[in-house]
Amino acid sequence: MEIFEYAPAPESRSIVSIRPSYDLFIDGEFVEAKSGERIVTVNPADEEPLAEVAAAGEADVERAFAAARRAFERVWSPLPGAERGKYLFRIARIIQERARELAVLESLDNGKPIKETRDVDLPLVAAHFFYHAGWADKLAHAGLASTRPLGVAAQVIPWNFPLMMLAWKVAPALATGNTVVLKPAETTPLTALAFAEICQEADLPPGVVNIVTGAGDTGRAVVAHPDADKVAFTGSTEVGKQIARAVAGTGRRLTLELGGKGANIVYEDAALDQAVEGIVSGIFFNQGHVCCAGSRLLVQESIAEELLARLRARIERLRLGDPLDKNTDIGAINSAAQLARIRELAAAGEAEGATGWSPSCPIPERGYWFPPTVFTGVTQAHRIAREEIFGPVLSVLTFRTPEEAVVKANNTPYGLSAGVWTEKGSLMLWTASRLRAGVVWSNTFNVFDPASPFGGYKESGYGREGGRHGLEAYLG
Amino acid sequence: MADIPSHIPSRIPSRIPVRRTYKLYVGGAFPRSESGRSYPVTSSAGVHLANAALASRKDVRDAVVAARKAFPGWSGRTAYNRGQILYRIAEMMEGRRAQFAEEVAAAEGVGAGRAQAIVSAAVDRWVYYAGWADKFGQVLGGANPVSGPYFNLSEPDPTGVVGVFAPPGSPLLGLVSVLAPVITAGNTAVLVASERAPLPAVTLAEALATSDLPAGVANILTGRLAELAPPLAGHADVNALDLTGAGGLAAELEALAATTLKRVLRPGQDDWADPDPGLSRIRPFVETKTVWHPIGR
Repeated sequence: MEIFEYAPAPESRSIVSIRPSYDLFIDGEFVEAKSGERIVTVNPADEEPLAEVAAAGEADVERAFAAARRAFERVWSPLPGAERGKYLFRIARIIQERARELAVLESLDNGKPIKETRDVDLPLVAAHFFYHAGWADKLAHAGLASTRPLGVAAQVIPWNFPLMMLAWKVAPALATGNTVVLKPAETTPLTALAFAEICQEADLPPGVVNIVTGAGDTGRAVVAHPDADKVAFTGSTEVGKQIARAVAGTGRRLTLELGGKGANIVYEDAALDQAVEGIVSGIFFNQGHVCCAGSRLLVQESIAEELLARLRARIERLRLGDPLDKNTDIGAINSAAQLARIRELAAAGEAEGATGWSPSCPIPERGYWFPPTVFTGVTQAHRIAREEIFGPVLSVLTFRTPEEAVVKANNTPYGLSAGVWTEKGSLMLWTASRLRAGVVWSNTFNVFDPASPFGGYKESGYGREGGRHGLEAYLG
Repeated sequence: MADIPSHIPSRIPSRIPVRRTYKLYVGGAFPRSESGRSYPVTSSAGVHLANAALASRKDVRDAVVAARKAFPGWSGRTAYNRGQILYRIAEMMEGRRAQFAEEVAAAEGVGAGRAQAIVSAAVDRWVYYAGWADKFGQVLGGANPVSGPYFNLSEPDPTGVVGVFAPPGSPLLGLVSVLAPVITAGNTAVLVASERAPLPAVTLAEALATSDLPAGVANILTGRLAELAPPLAGHADVNALDLTGAGGLAAELEALAATTLKRVLRPGQDDWADPDPGLSRIRPFVETKTVWHPIGR
């Protein structure tokens, strides 16, 4: 029953001025790429080009590493921790001040709803810098093996949380005294370039942060550079394995935050409406472009029918469309390539015998879109139960006993996240203690905090980001 | 118009400066002492600077009431939010740098350069503790591997209302160094400022009042240590004492504290110039809370 229709509530784009073209950020300045190559980043919600950015070649990456090494030796590592920390506090404050502008820019370049960039991404980005700023002069109290920085960190980040992933990489690296060469994702470079301007505004010494935009070739040049003391990568498990192979034998430190196929377990005593909200945020938050998404719903058989009815009713109310509309729940898929991947896996779900369901929501004519989708009748052998879809597609499986839930949840090469819904604390802890996953959310899902370590077991990668534990990745 | 001798107008100042009134800071407001008293404050060289409020034992009790009232809200805030506010205090102090430096120079009899360095260290101390706000819990707490199917987690919990006697010889840096850790941990404070040099404390209070620090989290009293210390140390609604600035009264105050088993930080060898005091001033003002929960299906 429709009682009231939503009126459009678009956030204004006028707060952002996107330049037609961006250069690389090396040694504190924007410099033209020697490669002469450019890539175009588009708005996935309408396929219109937003800007052209440089695609760094090997000579450009070389230059970035030279700048980072110089800054490490001459300025950044000799600087007392308290003073390093002050730069990070400054950056945190500027991010807070420019939060609205950055949120709009992120929504334009990535396609995610403004409600998420405004209320989740940007507050977490600022918090991440603020949190790590405070560690810079307290490393001796962290209880880790060393307080010494490693040197120059090569960092490659994905497109799903562009600025947040930058923060997760840059803030701990800088707080511990390292300098960085960072490559943002090919399809979402704009907030990283805005961050470069913020580094200038904060008077961060040149060379401490270097940002080289580009595609896969640039990324390969960054992670393979011989002058990297540390490689940090967030992205697909497939690429993570290639990097681990390339780093093998070099002695370079490596942390990887890769894919996932998170199980969201709902026991029969769970508060169902609360669980429904958690299932929805677990898989549809950020269009499901979340490595720790709760993409496998494991529901106890006795309540499956009831829960699925409530879930479908809730999904019918989700609003898909313009990412800049403040009422939008589901934005655009980030790229044509990702949309093709989601379509392929969804088709495989149908072909292998599962039943797909989507709400009757209108799909905009232009742009990359995929409706929220729920597959029932899924078995553990189906591709949609095994492979990371990285889209708004939920696979539903059932179980009878807690033992069965745990076995099914752990039946994956991944081990990043899991959820447990029950009102019984002892059962929650029993389940959590048996799950082979780096993050277990109970009666909540997809919550993040700079103080809380994040990372996976098994083929979801190694190393942790955030908290005291996350510092270890940059000390040695 | 009467004749005015021509030399007189040149002696009339073009503007008479407005002098500040130095008051107490209690419950977010700046009252005078309820007793209506004040006392003259002089520089280290004996020059009269101002009159400061001479707080009474009733002011002590009012300050404890304000601190208790503020405790649930302050301790209930997220650690991150407390850190943001502490950092804001540093920002506000930086903006009043000239005023602090002038008062420190007068109080401590140091030159302008040294006074500036002391102010810088005091600002940095807030930044330092702002960083601790959301970290000391992870350093002091953790999971305990008990022999049984139990989830067992210990975490620090603020003690409550802390009475703080600021060091008399370091009226700004020493003051910040004892106040900041107490409120960083989520406690609320009733602080007795340096008796001889209370003016930087009052100026700090004015910075605190514009820093989003909730009313009553920090309460600052000026006056006679010997008059204020016993009622504060003996107050049943005070949970802990920092006796750093208690001087010769320390033993007597510790005995008063014993009546309600207040936690006591005794006077120690403090080097206010040390930029990294660690958790030495946070640990004494937190309780360790351990939570057990069975694990089982």
